[in-house]
Amino acid sequence: MRKVDGYALFWGAPLALWQLLFFLAPLVFLVVITFWTVKNFRLEADFDTINWVKMFSKSYVIDIYFRTLYYGAIAAIICSILSFPAAYALAFKASPSIQRIGIFMLITPFFTSYLVRVYSWQTVISDNGLLNGVFGFFSFGPIDMLNTMFGTMIGYMTLTLPLVILLQFFSLSNVDKNLIQAAHNLGCGRLRTVFLVIIPSAKTGIIIACTFAFILCFGDLVSPTSLGGSNPPTLSILIVDTVKQGNNWPRAAVVAVVMVLTLIAVAFTALYFAYSLKKSKA
Amino acid sequence: MSIDRIIGYALRSWFILALVFIFVPIVISFIFSFSPNRYPTLPLGGFSTGWYELIMNEAPVPRAFGNSIKAGVMVALISTFIGFAAAYTDYRYRFFGKNFYLALALLPPTIPVLILGLVMLMYLSRISLVGELYSVVLAHVVYCIPFAMALIRLRLAQMNPDLESAAWNLGANSWRAMREVILPFTLPSIFAALALTMAVSFDEYMIAFFTGGVTETLPVRVLALLQGQVSPRINAIGSIVFTISMSLVILAQILLLSRRSGERNVAAGGK
Repeated sequence: MRKVDGYALFWGAPLALWQLLFFLAPLVFLVVITFWTVKNFRLEADFDTINWVKMFSKSYVIDIYFRTLYYGAIAAIICSILSFPAAYALAFKASPSIQRIGIFMLITPFFTSYLVRVYSWQTVISDNGLLNGVFGFFSFGPIDMLNTMFGTMIGYMTLTLPLVILLQFFSLSNVDKNLIQAAHNLGCGRLRTVFLVIIPSAKTGIIIACTFAFILCFGDLVSPTSLGGSNPPTLSILIVDTVKQGNNWPRAAVVAVVMVLTLIAVAFTALYFAYSLKKSKA
Repeated sequence: MSIDRIIGYALRSWFILALVFIFVPIVISFIFSFSPNRYPTLPLGGFSTGWYELIMNEAPVPRAFGNSIKAGVMVALISTFIGFAAAYTDYRYRFFGKNFYLALALLPPTIPVLILGLVMLMYLSRISLVGELYSVVLAHVVYCIPFAMALIRLRLAQMNPDLESAAWNLGANSWRAMREVILPFTLPSIFAALALTMAVSFDEYMIAFFTGGVTETLPVRVLALLQGQVSPRINAIGSIVFTISMSLVILAQILLLSRRSGERNVAAGGK
């Protein structure tokens, strides 16, 4: 290894500088600010645990925390289940050129227009929206869909479905085809092959996809407000309300820190299972 | 045999249903942006570009559009440069604290944009950098670097590792080897990264909402309208936003798929 020279520094330093200054420092400041206090609507540097105590002593905050966990988990599981047959079809029932088109059709929406799609869902599932219009034509309904948990879930699926199908597809296409053939030859039925051979081999990718879905839904603000009607609230809604009411940044920061810690814990647990289970199979 | 075919059809139909679920809202938004009615009804009441004329004559929208373009271009250039530099550093060097370095490079998108936005607002307002277009750019670069870095790093992984050292052995110094070997080879991924990061910035609403303050970008306008009454303006603005960001994402993918061109460049440059 040569000594660090100007050339290495030129390429290595920009990222370190930028992310230390505008990513790590803000995150550290987020933790610091949870110990500050607000007096007469003004933020004051302090070292007081009052914000932590106040936030954790409110039973509705605890309720919101567990509700958000629950919503995220349910959404991640539903999304994984809905995605699996689609990813399976793309991995095993499509020609390479169809696969390329499929990947293309999934990557494009993942990067674009989540906000617009949520608005569009509003017009589709509202009481006098398109879907209830169709129901009315067959003279039933209207069915309440907007501002319910169903609405929130529609939004969560909009957010996560393309990514989860893609990640599942990539792990399914790495499954050894000989293994599947061997299972068939040994008289293993279709469903048993899926559950005993294919899913275990693709486990790492499936768990990682599910984790990503959880991360995305857990922190999302748009679906629970615009499709779920903000009621009951999630942690993101709590953050926004706390910021709006009395500008209480320290307490919003407490919620944010708890969310980040939760996400880190979930991610590490998931990675542990994703990789350890794989090893034990091998 | 026939059961296999039925299962095959069922699975494929499921995949198509999933795509329909993903694309229907986009298509609906596009269609109803041309509807003359306030509330979406089927069949359409006619064809009108009224909503587009309306938003173009409301000062905030053209201004927000300009802001989005400016921010997007700046974000694309800065985050692609930093992403390239970080990808190359990861490719070429081993050093103490590299895992930490990579975590800094790749973690930002795993933090919810709401929290990232809030954190940026708190931090940037302490150092009086909040509420301007450059505040949005600063924050978006943090969020976009990982996408640029990942694309370029994947491209570097496809490169024959002997190419660069061959250039050194033939007497090129590090800078010359960079210019004549690494850059031509990674060029498609650099352009793809430019397009993708611009798309991500152009489409991002939450960080921009918190850091920009009164300096609105186009998606922030959509967010503001979303919290109000039903207004087909959103369809019109939304259609503009997703036409632009989708074109950029599609462009990025086309650039990545035409990878052969890069290899030919290197072969030609190496002569």
